[in-house]
Amino acid sequence: MLAYIVRRIAYAIPILIGVNVLTFALFFVVNTPDDMARVHLGVKRVTAEAIEKWKLERGYDKPLLLNEKSSGSGKFTETIFFDKSVRLFVFDFGRSDQGRDIGYDIRTRMWPSLAIALPVFVLGLAAYITFALLMAFFRATYIDFWGVVLCVLMMSISGLFYIIGGQYLVGKLWNLVPISGYDGGLDAFKFLLLPVLIGVFSGIGSNARWYRTIFLEEINRDYVRTARAKGLSEIRVLFRHVLANAMIPILTGAVVVIPLLFMGSLITEAFFGIPGLGSYTIDAIQSQDFAVVRAMVFLGSVLYIVGLILTDISYTLVDPRVRLQ
Amino acid sequence: MPIKPEILATDILVWLLVAVLGCFAWYVRRHEHLLAPWRRVAHSASGMAALTVLSFFIVIGLLDSFHYRPALSDMGGRKVYAVEVLSVFDAVAEPLRTRKEKTYSAPLATHLYAKEPVELAGGRQARDYPRLLHGGAHLEDPRADWAPDVARRTLSGIAAAAVAWLVLTTLLCAVLARRHAMNTDAAWRAIWRGETRVPWHAVLITLGLMLLVAGPLAALSMKYHVFGTDKVGQDVLYQTLKSIRTGLVIGTLTTLIMLPFALLLGIAAGYFRGWVDDLIQYVYTTLSSIPGVLLIAASVLMMQVYIETHPDLFETLVARADLRLLFLCIILGITSWTGLCRLLRGEALKLREMEYIQAAHAFGVSHWRVITRHILPNVMHIVLIAVVMDFSGLVLAEAVLSYVGVGVDPSMISFGTMINTARLEMAREPMVWWSLASAFCFMLLLVLSANLFADAVRDGFDPRIQSREPAAADCAGLQPAMGRTA
Repeated sequence: MLAYIVRRIAYAIPILIGVNVLTFALFFVVNTPDDMARVHLGVKRVTAEAIEKWKLERGYDKPLLLNEKSSGSGKFTETIFFDKSVRLFVFDFGRSDQGRDIGYDIRTRMWPSLAIALPVFVLGLAAYITFALLMAFFRATYIDFWGVVLCVLMMSISGLFYIIGGQYLVGKLWNLVPISGYDGGLDAFKFLLLPVLIGVFSGIGSNARWYRTIFLEEINRDYVRTARAKGLSEIRVLFRHVLANAMIPILTGAVVVIPLLFMGSLITEAFFGIPGLGSYTIDAIQSQDFAVVRAMVFLGSVLYIVGLILTDISYTLVDPRVRLQ
Repeated sequence: MPIKPEILATDILVWLLVAVLGCFAWYVRRHEHLLAPWRRVAHSASGMAALTVLSFFIVIGLLDSFHYRPALSDMGGRKVYAVEVLSVFDAVAEPLRTRKEKTYSAPLATHLYAKEPVELAGGRQARDYPRLLHGGAHLEDPRADWAPDVARRTLSGIAAAAVAWLVLTTLLCAVLARRHAMNTDAAWRAIWRGETRVPWHAVLITLGLMLLVAGPLAALSMKYHVFGTDKVGQDVLYQTLKSIRTGLVIGTLTTLIMLPFALLLGIAAGYFRGWVDDLIQYVYTTLSSIPGVLLIAASVLMMQVYIETHPDLFETLVARADLRLLFLCIILGITSWTGLCRLLRGEALKLREMEYIQAAHAFGVSHWRVITRHILPNVMHIVLIAVVMDFSGLVLAEAVLSYVGVGVDPSMISFGTMINTARLEMAREPMVWWSLASAFCFMLLLVLSANLFADAVRDGFDPRIQSREPAAADCAGLQPAMGRTA
């Protein structure tokens, strides 16, 4: 098991190098630091000195890949590639283009993100499985049919409308919770209630429908027929046999996103003014802070790869037939 | 020439797509085994109803894909063309586009939504709701005339819709009757009882409902702003209809762009295995390990920088916005091809071990020929299902990306930009809700019908469902039951 995990982590390294090189190419080769400086300082009427100053302040004044002026290892370390990209591997994110410490921002902002994303994940999983089980229980009846119709209808509505509608209805019309904002400690609850509910609600359509197909696939298996033939009640068949086996694809599909919960949700956080990593990313995109976007791309891929490894491990935990070698 | 055609990059691709689809349809028609799954799609009531709605969107989108610049005036024999780029759809919806108000006005309103200082008869100033420049401008006394006028126009719209529906239905009955050698009356009864193989009654009911909505809308929009106007006084109905093209372009061109890569790399990986497989797997694992939104955001940011630092490349604003749309499609394509590529690789891995491929190898058929003749046709159903299933997701993604600020150009009308501006209007007092409501309705309709059609296509191409339907031999288009009624 341990050897397997170590090997998987070793596999992840070339992928992370790939991600790193890709983002480096995207951020520094497609557009030179000069272009970025010009966009930040205003495209027209910008002096060469102002550009140089901007680059110097942010450390973009070095050569891209090879520093001819330095000697020894400095040839490679005193470059933008080493400074901005290689350092990401030790989670040294450096400073944002506004001069803030990105590492510190990430550490403080991931908790509000997690405070929303984790309840959405847990409650969502419970809600989707419940709805899917209900539809599977009443399969081939009108309840099932209209359930699917409702799911298709709900998944055809853009997530933006759930948020706008929820904010309007609950926040503005009924005045139950504040529309947006965030506070530490127990006060956070009233700010988190609405985003969490909307997060769960907006996912019902696609997820419940997807889980329903998983359940239905499982219900037609031979072991289920055997269980019925033994005289077990439908509820017992559904909850003991079908649910346990259908949990394998559901859980393994869900495990992949667990590490990404730290990243939060871009849209939800922006709408509700929650100071998490999602709104951090949006702010960075809107103020064209390339350093922050670069850091988030790298962090996101690291977390995704961690999620993939966790998925493989969870396979062995829930399904004894799968053995990792 | 009074106009100068303006060929935008996305227009070329849209018409290329239409041409490809046309060729594909022509090819499929001549091959029975390819036609069979499409027949199953055509026999699905929800699928056909969805297709009816979709075709309405497609017609508007295509009309909106012929662009031109009108001539302004002759200046000493030399024509000067407007900077503004219009489309055929703009010409059709000319009254909607040109009748601008000052600012917000509610749906069907005759007065502005905000009070302004107006001059009274006695020369005194007062704050009141001024009359609209165009909406209901033909009414003498809006208070008394408004309700009867709206009712009259709605009724005339419904009447026109009913006539149009009857004409179309009669035509359909006549065509069916001619094809199956029976009288029109019998064809009508068969359709109405749902006895036709292709569920024409579902199509006709959908068509009827659509006409019932479209008729009054068209009749009222001649003299009113049916969905109101936005902050700068532009008709919201016009904006919503313009958004359709953006949504369709993103939904279709993205897959068109990514398809060659996914096909080539996916099949190559599965077919050649070895280092080719390792390399391609590495590429798509790397790409897919970056969370989609972040990769898109990073790429779009970089594209923005490029466009901003090279302003001289674009002749008109529309060309610039259009190029940005195309780039967005490319970027979305790059981030979304990995899923299909993985599926195709798996399928190619499976297919290469089949006997007929081995036989082809034994005959000395080249790799290229094996791939194009034997593997490609056998993975096409996967491609098709993936393309159709992706569409609605892409339309929804556009709205979210535009909200984040990495979507289409802010000057381009799209569902995303509409929602984005409407969001702020919700907090306004009194609330402006109509932009959001109309974007919601049209987007829901588009995505819902796309989802339903995608389900029908998936069911039609799913090999597990094929056994349940009778063999494809007796698909004459109508059930035997229909022959009895004749």
